[in-house]
Amino acid sequence: MNRYLVIFFGAVATVTFAFLVLVGLPGVQLADVRAPAALKPYTESELAGRGLYTSLGCYYCHSQQVREPSFGSDSARGWGRASEFEDYLHDRPHLLGTMRTGPDLMNIGVRQPSRDWHYLHLFQPRAVAAYSLMPSFPSLFAVKDQAEMGDEIVNTPPGLIPEGKVLIATREARVLVDYLLAMQRDYDVRPAAGGVR
Amino acid sequence: MTGLPLVYEDTPPPEVAVSERVAADRSTREPVLLFFHSAIVWLVIGSVFGLIASLKFQFPDWLTSQAMWTFGRVRAAHLNAVAYGWASMALVGVTVWMVPRLVRAPLFQPLLAVASAVLWNLFVFLGIGAILAGWTDGLEWLEIPYPIDAVVAVAGGLMALSVLMTVANRKTKHFYVSVWYALAALVWFPIIFVTANLPIFSGVGQAAVNWWYGHNALGLWITALSLAAAYYLIPKVLGRPIRSYSLSLVGFWALAFFYSLNGIHHLIGGPVPTWLVTVSITASVMMFIPVAATAVNFHTTMIGRFGTLRHSPTLAFVVAGAMLYTAASVQGSIEALRTVNRVTHFTHYTVGHAHLGAYGFATMILFGAMYFIVPRLMNREWPLPGLIRWHFWLALSGIALYFVSLTIGGWLEGVYMLDAAKPFADVVNVTKPYLVARSVSGTLLLSAHLVFAYHYWLMVRGRGPQRAEPAWSDGRTAG
Repeated sequence: MNRYLVIFFGAVATVTFAFLVLVGLPGVQLADVRAPAALKPYTESELAGRGLYTSLGCYYCHSQQVREPSFGSDSARGWGRASEFEDYLHDRPHLLGTMRTGPDLMNIGVRQPSRDWHYLHLFQPRAVAAYSLMPSFPSLFAVKDQAEMGDEIVNTPPGLIPEGKVLIATREARVLVDYLLAMQRDYDVRPAAGGVR
Repeated sequence: MTGLPLVYEDTPPPEVAVSERVAADRSTREPVLLFFHSAIVWLVIGSVFGLIASLKFQFPDWLTSQAMWTFGRVRAAHLNAVAYGWASMALVGVTVWMVPRLVRAPLFQPLLAVASAVLWNLFVFLGIGAILAGWTDGLEWLEIPYPIDAVVAVAGGLMALSVLMTVANRKTKHFYVSVWYALAALVWFPIIFVTANLPIFSGVGQAAVNWWYGHNALGLWITALSLAAAYYLIPKVLGRPIRSYSLSLVGFWALAFFYSLNGIHHLIGGPVPTWLVTVSITASVMMFIPVAATAVNFHTTMIGRFGTLRHSPTLAFVVAGAMLYTAASVQGSIEALRTVNRVTHFTHYTVGHAHLGAYGFATMILFGAMYFIVPRLMNREWPLPGLIRWHFWLALSGIALYFVSLTIGGWLEGVYMLDAAKPFADVVNVTKPYLVARSVSGTLLLSAHLVFAYHYWLMVRGRGPQRAEPAWSDGRTAG
């Protein structure tokens, strides 16, 4: 080859074509899909929690997409029905994830509705699941001599914190758990255009 | 170098060729060395982040008191340091060095490329700082916040201006294969990087953009520039031309067309239209064509010359990289098939594959390129050839152990995950020994990089023995 323009236009054409096929066409196909009525927009604190989830990089180990029964054991594990395009309409950034070093969290709010469980799990994952590889997040908590007005006390098993102290969930822990509890995609959904899949 | 058959067309008389190469190298010396110094620092930093992230699977309560050291941030710092600091800066350095030689014109305004290297470092530094502080766009491969991305857009623009103006001043009529890849990559990367960073996407559509970008950052940027380097170095060191011009044409255009469509295979089984996933799987399988074309070209050029590997560090690294390119690509095509992806998706298997490509292929080729280029810029030979042997074997055994352990561990993880009768605890527990092996391999790789960084430092500081012969040379090979 001896012409720069051939390489230039060839390069532009291939990558643009790919963008139109992979992003443009599905965008047009699904442009009219509306969020299901049961899918509530995130509240302010849930959004703050989602921001923390993103900034701590939780999505590197937890997916938020349940595969169809023909494609895996996801539903049989109690992770919920297969996720659909419209389940994500409020999500920015998307947090679909690519790894399941930990379990899928698309419906963690359904599966694990206890705030106390989440606090304990975030403070020390191995206190509730001995096999867990998840990092502990002590920075989301404060250990105090006694609780003050408005503090949210976490019930801890003996030995987790020093005798006579109390474990307090900081605002960060509270909004993060608000977000996790909001992860409920258990409403019925009639998939767009008879199911995109 | 004199007397070797040239590998590109428009061959000038040997004495002209030599003086032109000397002039080209003189014009690229400052920016290329700056890109290389920086890349090697980022390689060591990136490897430390990688090893910390890996060790966290053995010690999940280690370094948890501050959010900045949590796995999710250290892992992202690792990826950005090695992808944008190490691989990208090293590849740009190789490209800036190679293009003036191939088009027989000195680098246009080397200061532009120097400024590019400075800004590029600023981008990586600020980007990693932002990630560790918790400021992120929240997308894999695109974590660095978009205001900081503007810095690398300027950096890339300055470098591209310098390289493209050099091409405009060319004395050659034809472009050698490496120049096709370099020119195309300089077009591709700005397009995908700017598009993917536009803050206009959300939901599943954003996931599609994310993986269109993520896969093309590997395919149309890192792979394209690594292949450009291999296409230059293999014939250069061997002193024989690449096997087939037509095959390299097929390889180039098929890569351009099929690689760009691969991305959605990262969303197999996800909430996207079936036809879309099928397009990406088909394109992934079609990657057999460019890969086979390139593999035949590289490997048949090598046939009958494998003894040379012992006498050229460049060739040892580049040929290992070229072989692992074939391996990683074939694996990638197979991995995209639904039946296989059903098992491997969401597991450490994918991480093993990613490292086979980014390390086994791209990084090994970059090491080889640096062993060739730096002596020509410094006008001295590598002082301690024994260290190159250590570097080679530590790197090769490190990536081999990395790949084998995560491939087996990831596959078992996937098989266990598909079996609903196995509690999730079993899925996690089955991976643990393999994750220990991964930390061991990470230690080998970090050691390889420290050996290399030390040797490189001796080289550019003028320390260590002054040697007359190229490293490992039997008198016939050049670097």
